[in-house]
Amino acid sequence: MARYIGKRLIYMFITLALIATFTFFLMKILPGSPVASADKLSPEQRAVVEARYGLDKPLPVQYFDYMFGLAQGDLGISINQFKGANVTDVIQSRMGPSAQIGFQGMLLGTFLGVLLGMIAALRQNTWVDYSSTLVAIVGISIPSFVFASMLQYFFALKLEWFPVALWKDGFMSSVLPSIALAMFPLATAARFIRTEMIEVLGSDYITLARAKGASGSEIAFKHAFRNALIPLITVLGPMAVGILTGSLVVEQIFAIPGIGEQFVKSIMVNDFSIIMGTTIFFSVFLIVVILIVDILYGIIDPRIRLSGGKS
Amino acid sequence: MTQNLEKLPKGSFERITVSAEQAERISKPSVSFWQDAWYRLRKNKGALVSLVLFALIVIMSFLGPVISPYEPNAQTITHANLPPKIPVIENLGIFDGVGTLGGKEVDLYELKKVEVNYWFGTDGLGRDMFSRVWKGTQVSLFIAFVAAAIDMIIGVIYGGISGYFGGRVDDIMQRIVEILTGIPNLVVVILFILIMDPGILAIIIALTITGWTGMSRVVRGQVLKYKSQEFVLASRTLGASDSRIIWKHLMPNVLGIIIINTMFTIPSAIFFEAFLSFIGLGLQAPDASLGTLINDGYKLIQYQPHILAIPAVVLSLIMIAFNLIGDGLRDALDPKMKD
Repeated sequence: MARYIGKRLIYMFITLALIATFTFFLMKILPGSPVASADKLSPEQRAVVEARYGLDKPLPVQYFDYMFGLAQGDLGISINQFKGANVTDVIQSRMGPSAQIGFQGMLLGTFLGVLLGMIAALRQNTWVDYSSTLVAIVGISIPSFVFASMLQYFFALKLEWFPVALWKDGFMSSVLPSIALAMFPLATAARFIRTEMIEVLGSDYITLARAKGASGSEIAFKHAFRNALIPLITVLGPMAVGILTGSLVVEQIFAIPGIGEQFVKSIMVNDFSIIMGTTIFFSVFLIVVILIVDILYGIIDPRIRLSGGKS
Repeated sequence: MTQNLEKLPKGSFERITVSAEQAERISKPSVSFWQDAWYRLRKNKGALVSLVLFALIVIMSFLGPVISPYEPNAQTITHANLPPKIPVIENLGIFDGVGTLGGKEVDLYELKKVEVNYWFGTDGLGRDMFSRVWKGTQVSLFIAFVAAAIDMIIGVIYGGISGYFGGRVDDIMQRIVEILTGIPNLVVVILFILIMDPGILAIIIALTITGWTGMSRVVRGQVLKYKSQEFVLASRTLGASDSRIIWKHLMPNVLGIIIINTMFTIPSAIFFEAFLSFIGLGLQAPDASLGTLINDGYKLIQYQPHILAIPAVVLSLIMIAFNLIGDGLRDALDPKMKD
């Protein structure tokens, strides 16, 4: 296990270093540097600006400065969106709302999805099963921004049950965005749990439990459900990716002051240091989540250890 | 029972003799793998309906811009923001050109003295939504199919080489894939879009730059599984060349899973294209894809919901259809995966 974790950690650092290197050179190629309007500056002013951003040093030195900064969590300075603010601070200040709707969406989606998948498996090939499969297919198919704008149109604009946008009414503001984000984990969990449950229900120890005279609900919850739930950990990674991708558009639609909304805005105004900083932040987040998921799964299900991780 | 049987006249029974060769005869026509798959797919109603629906959407995406009397990018400012109106269906109370103006429901066509009909209405610049939606569908589908095809070609070649030759080649190739798959898809796509000029080509490259890794893993796994089986060994013993083994023996076995995988790549490519367009990294005006149309429509959601609704419905239908076809094909081509 230790060897497996070590191997994964090494890969993680190689991947992150690659992304960071790539982003560094991208920032060099792309237009919109701090000295973009250099013609208007006197040579002295220009030197001051360049020194401030460390642009007067040779490229390799800049690269290592950047990499060392990254290692200490320094993502650089915003160019035009938050004039001169530290990118790390910007991201930190916007983490709260994103984390809240992300978690709420994840919890709600997984809970409902597991419920739906379980019911579908227990009532296999009935209308219950078909309608839950339909919900899952629709949930995977409809893009989050379509679903979010539908929610906003019907529940906020027409019915006026929830605020249309912004982050001013506490929990009420987070309801619609969380539901919009919940669709993907819901659909994923429902499909996954259904398949797992059906497989588990067909296994020998369920037959044995039935032969011993265990009741239907006892079999469903005590034996089948528990064993079907474990592999759900493997889809937590894709779910986190889905939530994060969704958050970019959902936050945009509901005007939530989170990381996703700020990211989209920085794309609009070409603030590359914010774009790069957020990209690196997203990469670290997703890579760490997937690493944790894989390690967790290896600990919970010892069969994984033999093959050294899922292929 | 026994009594009844005894009463029956013996003459009504005749002994059937089965000759040895008759016993071995195959009574039903033999079914090829593809015929069997088609038979299974036909039984799957959801997949079949989706297939028809998808075919209709494809036909419309080509036919739509042609049969519409308006050009997708032609602007008629006096005809801006008209709701949909379709001649016969308008009598049912839907698509009748009625929209809200100042909080009241009025026939906007009468109000603006528009004589012609716009089947899907018009957008804020007076462009015909019918031709724009189908043109956009065409662009979205084109991007998705090209991206999926490139993913498939690179993935199959890479995975095939890696799996077939094995050893050190496989080791090195797999390390590269492991690093590439570690980079989140979203991040790669956004970074690549940023360095390239926005447009169809940029989106396709961004989608395929690491998109092929999934396919290569699946193909490698399958090739590894089949290449150690007896029929390959037999063929090799008979002196078959590498290319013959790959094309004659491995390919037909792996083809099913390649098709299934591609069927799931296409909706994810459609989704990413729409997603990028929605956050402003997609196609640039006046070009339209379903994503940019949804983005445009979203800005007018409160007053002109049809501009958002129509492309959103088309996009959702394509996605649902593709997922159902993919599911159906998976069950049809690989019956082992179902149970």
